[in-house]
Amino acid sequence: MFPPEFDYRRADDVAAAVDLLAAHDDAAVIAGGHSLLPAMKRGDAAPSTVVDVSDVDAMAGIERDEGGVRVGAATRYVEAAESEALATRAPVLAEAAGAVGDVQIRNRGTVGGNLAAADRGADLPAAALAADATAHLRGPDGERAVDADDFFAPGGATAVADDEVLTALWVPDASDAGSAYVRRTHPATGYALVGVAAVVRTEAGTVTDARLAANGVCERGVRLPAAEAKLADAPADGGTIERAAAAAGDGVDDEFVGDPTASGEFRAHLLGTQVEAALEKALSATGGAA
Amino acid sequence: MSDDTPTAPDGGREAGLAATAEDDAEGADGLVGERVARREDRALLTGNAEFTDDLADPQTTHLAFVRSDVAHADVRSVNTDAAAATDGVLAVYTWDDLVAADVPGLLPVSDGRLDCAVPGHPVLASDRVRYQGQPVAAVVAEDRYAARDGVERVAVEYDERGAVVDPREAASEDAPTVFDDAPDNVALTADLGDAAATDEAFADADRVVSVDLENNRLIPSALEPRAALARYDAGDEELTVEMTSQSPHGHRRKLSHTLGLPERRIRVIAPDVGGGFGHKGHHHPGEAAAAFAAMQLDRPVAWTATRSGNYLAGAHGRDHRTTAELAVDDDGTIRGLRADTHAAVGGYALGGGAAMPAGYGRLLAAQYEIPAIHCRTRCVFTTTAPIHSYRGAGRPEAIYVTERLVATAARELDLDPAELRRRNQIESFPHETAVGATYDSGDYRSALSALEDELGDEPRGGERDDDGRLRGVGLACYVESTGGGFESGVVRVLPDGGVRVYAGTHSHGQGHGTTYAQIVADELGVDYDEVAVVEGDTERIPQGTGTFGSRSAITGGNAVAESAQSVRERAREFAAHELDCDPEAVDYADGTFAGPGGETLPFADIADLAYGWGVPEGMEPGLEATTFYEQDDTAYTFGAHAACVAVDPDTGAVEIERYVAVDDCGERINPTVVEGQIEGGVAQGIGQARYERATYGADGDLQTDSMLNYAVPRAGHLPDVETSAHVTPTPTNDLNVKGIGEAGTVAAPPATVNAVVDALAPLGVAHVDMPLTNERVWRAVEDARR
Repeated sequence: MFPPEFDYRRADDVAAAVDLLAAHDDAAVIAGGHSLLPAMKRGDAAPSTVVDVSDVDAMAGIERDEGGVRVGAATRYVEAAESEALATRAPVLAEAAGAVGDVQIRNRGTVGGNLAAADRGADLPAAALAADATAHLRGPDGERAVDADDFFAPGGATAVADDEVLTALWVPDASDAGSAYVRRTHPATGYALVGVAAVVRTEAGTVTDARLAANGVCERGVRLPAAEAKLADAPADGGTIERAAAAAGDGVDDEFVGDPTASGEFRAHLLGTQVEAALEKALSATGGAA
Repeated sequence: MSDDTPTAPDGGREAGLAATAEDDAEGADGLVGERVARREDRALLTGNAEFTDDLADPQTTHLAFVRSDVAHADVRSVNTDAAAATDGVLAVYTWDDLVAADVPGLLPVSDGRLDCAVPGHPVLASDRVRYQGQPVAAVVAEDRYAARDGVERVAVEYDERGAVVDPREAASEDAPTVFDDAPDNVALTADLGDAAATDEAFADADRVVSVDLENNRLIPSALEPRAALARYDAGDEELTVEMTSQSPHGHRRKLSHTLGLPERRIRVIAPDVGGGFGHKGHHHPGEAAAAFAAMQLDRPVAWTATRSGNYLAGAHGRDHRTTAELAVDDDGTIRGLRADTHAAVGGYALGGGAAMPAGYGRLLAAQYEIPAIHCRTRCVFTTTAPIHSYRGAGRPEAIYVTERLVATAARELDLDPAELRRRNQIESFPHETAVGATYDSGDYRSALSALEDELGDEPRGGERDDDGRLRGVGLACYVESTGGGFESGVVRVLPDGGVRVYAGTHSHGQGHGTTYAQIVADELGVDYDEVAVVEGDTERIPQGTGTFGSRSAITGGNAVAESAQSVRERAREFAAHELDCDPEAVDYADGTFAGPGGETLPFADIADLAYGWGVPEGMEPGLEATTFYEQDDTAYTFGAHAACVAVDPDTGAVEIERYVAVDDCGERINPTVVEGQIEGGVAQGIGQARYERATYGADGDLQTDSMLNYAVPRAGHLPDVETSAHVTPTPTNDLNVKGIGEAGTVAAPPATVNAVVDALAPLGVAHVDMPLTNERVWRAVEDARR
């Protein structure tokens, strides 16, 4: 397919990107282009102008800061996957970035693009939710911060308004937690058929804090409230993992969606197996393993 | 090459050849049989290959189709006004324009075996559409974007009729009728074998084993989609169509039919082509519409299918529903086989596509001595993309039925699956089966033993591994009918001694440039690098047939070999004149002719003589030969494949731990090329077995309309294919070769399915339909556990 005609503008800084978005109707932000360009070719997106933010310095790079790690939105997957700061403080994000697509995609696609496009099978939404990350947005009215829990909207939309740019993701320090991201891969797309992220803290063999989230199963990344509840203050053992896995889909309000390769029902089943796998890995990483 | 090769039954030229068989330049030191590196790969790997879409120049205009977005409807109106007024749009064509230009506009229906008279597929819909994606109008514009804009502005009104997408449903009484001439939607009912004898065999047998199978509808996914670039020279009144073709002469004929233009005014060129698989042997509206537009506009017109356009338009492959039974005695002796198949044809009879499934049953005997077979096949119109041959073309469908039956019988009789096969394998050749196929040669038990040796003792039968996965081994013993028809081969020696070879086949991955050069270099005794191979141009090559049906090595290979032999003997005659002796006294080795007195003459000097002033008395100038080689008898390739799988019952995940293939295609001209064909075929077969299935909704909408929802196997999905050669030279041709292009697609689906069913045997799973997606495997486990 051939995309409709569009203009291309490169932004030198965040302010310029925001100005360009304001100046053009139906403009869209582009960085790696791995979500936007296929959508344009399919006819699912038809921006009049694409605003390229891949050269914006303020949106690049990964830095430790007070209490966490700041990941610039234009950071490539490969940088996130190989980041020492993320490996130490927010390994679930590094692991999810390393699970995206293939080498070529990881060399080109970006963390911010993954979250802002929020494709159903994208790997970072679950990790961002489980890591309790915060998205930083900049628009004509200045900057605002949105918790991951409020970032993904039903139907696959996000909190990023048409005139806003996602500039960075901030992730709190989880170096005291165990975490994991596991996935089953869709054979056609290479996206996650089901991906589960877990960030778990234990104390003396008891789970003190657990965040679980999934992508691939619903139109947006979702928390897994019932599974989290099964973990709360429970012994960090196999029985708890089993109970959490059995409850994996409970309390998820979004519909489980399917396609010719895998129905929603099958994805709901796989959600359980992946919760089990993620928890086994995450709990063993806490050292208080089952 | 064996010494007991019978000479081809062909007149005087052969007599001359027989006399020189001893000093045939081909021998222990020859190139045939060697792993010569494919000379095609350099251009392909460095991006220097030229595909049809690379050939457009600035003068070229671009054609895009308006495709039906409904499956089955009367076309009430087509409004092209807004499209025609779009910037950059040069023309918008509908059926009425074809009629006005007095162009027939229908793709040929090439098979008279149909039980009904149905019209061919119109290049643009006349009054009705019969599948989603059928071209309704064509927009030609200065560039692809303007063409796309024009397409969006064509307004079509439809009066919808009912859709029917399943061939069994389509043959039922209340199904909507696709063609009035076939009120029951059945294009053809074919009976193979002897129904009464089969009934008798079933009555006498100890037991009957049955299966109900779907052979899933597949979408060809060649790297390069179909494309055409048409140019019309109004001065010479000649049309040139460069296109993605497996069969340039075949396409010339078909274009002639569709355009109402004599063949002498059409030239078809197939440049580099990125994969064929049958899809590029058929005639589709694209090349005909581009040609029509080029003649109307007097401008070059390019058409390149988009991936989604290719997916919608087909032709797709397979799509059978089969109930089959095997009559078998308790000791494993097979007494009879019965199959009842509904095969989808799609919305049109495309060439011979509608009748193609009628002959699929000819391979149902597979490798076994089965005294009685009966197969009834109904070829049924459905409101879906047309079906036509797709790599394997009936052979995978047949072998899948028999190998699933045999595996099921082994399980029900509690016999080792290899042992059951061994007890029934055909041992003497030629062998005529109960469905009329005559197998030329083989050694089936030996190939199966070789497979078992390679396989060793793999865990099977649902044995659990350390990860709790169930292990299974699946076998598939196959035969594949290969070759057929005639092929042209020209060997032309140039004045400097260099050689150009022209063949009517076409290479789009098969490596003819390498293998034909090996054959000709051996036959002529010249250096391999001196031999260039040319294919894919109706203007440069005598009438040819093309590449499909695992035919090129047999037909094209023998054609160029015979021409090379003729040239060698002509060269010997020239040498004899020069050396002043009888031709029989001239020895030829290593590119040098030697007379009885020891005088020598290099081959290159002969060429100079042949084209010099005043050739020797009694001889004609020139050093070239043309052969139209006809293959009299089908060559039956065979082999035994095995898949070893590990199945996770909790997720349905299937891992193919090993894939072992023993294949016998007679002599191997180039073992590396043969292995490449096997590995590629196995990849496609595993694609069918594990991932691919084109699905339509009840409304006739194609649900798998892109690579996002139609899964083709990626490199990471595939096991290493462990190939081993088994060589039984065929007596059907002088090169002793059989075809190998489709073997993998035949063997891999039953091997894979048998393996997974074997792994799930302890759970009581008797069958899982292809593709064995994780979900289907998981559901089979869940259903069995209930």
